[in-house]
Amino acid sequence: MDPEHLAQLESALGQVTGFIYPNEVELHWSILIVIYPYLTGLVAGAFILASLERVFNVKELQPTYRLALLTALAFLIVAPMPLQAHLGHPERAFEIFLTPNSASAMAMFGFVYAWYLMVVLLMEIWFDYRADLVRWRQSDKGVMKLVHWVISLGSRDISPAAVAFDRKAVQFITIVGIPSAFLLHGYVGFIFGSVKANPWWSSVLMPIVFLFSAIVSGISMVLLIYYVTTLLRRKALDMKCLNTLASFLLYTLIIDLSLEALDFIHRLYESEESIEILEQLIFGKLFLSLTIVQILLGTIVPIVFLAAARFSELPNEMKRMIYFVAAVLVQVGIFSTRWNVVIGGQLFSKSLRGLTAYKLEFGGQEGLLVAVGLLVLPFVILALLLKILPPWEDATTDPDPEPSEAQLT
Amino acid sequence: MSQTYDRRKFLAEMLKFPPATIVLGVIGPVKLLAAAGADEDGYEPTEHYYAMGIRVEECIGCGKCVQACKLENDVPEEPFYFRTWVERYIVYTDGEVQVDSPNGGMEGFPPVADDTFPPVAAGKEILRTFFVPKLCNHCDNPPCVQVCPVGATFKSQDGVVLVDEDYCIGCRYCIQACPYGARFLDPRTHTANKCTFCYHRITKGLLPACVEVCPTQARVFGEIGDRSTPLNRMMRMSHLEVLKPHMNTEPKVYYTALDGEVR
Repeated sequence: MDPEHLAQLESALGQVTGFIYPNEVELHWSILIVIYPYLTGLVAGAFILASLERVFNVKELQPTYRLALLTALAFLIVAPMPLQAHLGHPERAFEIFLTPNSASAMAMFGFVYAWYLMVVLLMEIWFDYRADLVRWRQSDKGVMKLVHWVISLGSRDISPAAVAFDRKAVQFITIVGIPSAFLLHGYVGFIFGSVKANPWWSSVLMPIVFLFSAIVSGISMVLLIYYVTTLLRRKALDMKCLNTLASFLLYTLIIDLSLEALDFIHRLYESEESIEILEQLIFGKLFLSLTIVQILLGTIVPIVFLAAARFSELPNEMKRMIYFVAAVLVQVGIFSTRWNVVIGGQLFSKSLRGLTAYKLEFGGQEGLLVAVGLLVLPFVILALLLKILPPWEDATTDPDPEPSEAQLT
Repeated sequence: MSQTYDRRKFLAEMLKFPPATIVLGVIGPVKLLAAAGADEDGYEPTEHYYAMGIRVEECIGCGKCVQACKLENDVPEEPFYFRTWVERYIVYTDGEVQVDSPNGGMEGFPPVADDTFPPVAAGKEILRTFFVPKLCNHCDNPPCVQVCPVGATFKSQDGVVLVDEDYCIGCRYCIQACPYGARFLDPRTHTANKCTFCYHRITKGLLPACVEVCPTQARVFGEIGDRSTPLNRMMRMSHLEVLKPHMNTEPKVYYTALDGEVR
């Protein structure tokens, strides 16, 4: 037995207050399981943002359309990694595909994930980039030529008819993709919301709350990435686009906060047997991460900032700064949200009589280092994707009199 | 393969597959069923349906059951892993309830009646105390079985909830789903672990270890149904309660004299 793990359990035992079942000293879903819904939330949110441009014709968001898709892909690639790393037997993970228990919400993960990756994201990105890939391949040299040739899957046709078909395909996939994105993250919410044994998780609102927090996180992440990449490329930020992003971020934040408030008021009003221990949890162990970070810094402050900047006559530089700060705060807030759900739900005993503690390890399979690595990895993948599939408008200008997206619609 | 292997032939070959699949699909389970049926000792799981009774009024909190369980089932000795444990409830006159289970109650409990017990020394008066042994409830409607993504935890034909440790992936969803805290992750195998009613004993006609050693017969083992067992007698003669009935898990561990404070 791992002595470090035992020492950790000993220390947790020392911090128990009240009564917990003896098997509850060990907290089972660690920081890795916090990261998982954080990452899938970003995937779903970024995709929904992309679909705003494509399906709902929010043309101001055009500069972030492809960026949002690549962001979603980068995070989706990493999303299953924390799950895999967390398993007691990672080498048996394939059993979920071979012998899924149809009654288990978790068993559906593989299928939802595969559907989303293969059918939605990769297909949409491929069709959207296909014509560009063909053009790039012609002008490329060296390795990139090969890479683009492989990704284009040998496709060559850039006749107007083919490009029109691409456009139709993307439209269709996006329409399929929106419910899929809802499914992807709503389903993660269901994994928690359907655990009737846990009063902090068990709520029919959980998938909906997860969904809106996902949209919030996706929009703010794309805003941040758009901001940073544009500055790094020494280009001008499209203020119309930023303003629109800020507006959507503001609206979804308000919906998100309302849902959280509804959940809170509902629990308080029903005052079920768990209310006392949840009160201790909220005002004790989770006070900092829930009240201060999630609600105040992560939701209310950004709402005030965004509303103030969006609907005022501030200079653009000032607005941009405020949007940036608000988006960073939202990210911190959303991460806290995931923390408060996953870790918070395990800090109290199912006897409803006591609280336990979670101490984050530094090293080890479920430690801080691995967690940070998993949070950095999507950005590394994204950087690579941006190299291979530049989403910038200036990269797609071609000598052909191909109408640009804005002209077409 | 020759050139004559054309599309027509290929399709014809393909048609042979569904029957083959069906045949194989039937043979497999039939073989499995045959294997799962009466084993070499003549044990027939479909003829049994196990359950346990716990008479709270008889439990003296000696912890022998916890010790026996740890020994019999090779449960890790550290105080974080229990297939069964005993809780002590102390209800004070002011309505406050104190619950403890030091090391799962394995070495018994410190005395409460004298001044060595801090609350009593501080002037608190005890209204009533009692012990409650806990274990997996072998629910008829088990949430742990429902959530297991790979079917590694299952309900056996004789009504016992078991874990296949060679198949468990260690995701711990079952531990989260159990309302009773009856499961833990075995630190040696990294798989879920829990009470089996001493399945290796009961299928040989023996009692579970905890029942065997209980000096007051607070634990009663037997079967639900026609078969005459001590449990059947207890179920006929007593008012029964189960833990957290509102969860609709339909536990098969039945308590007598269960206090409303027990969760």
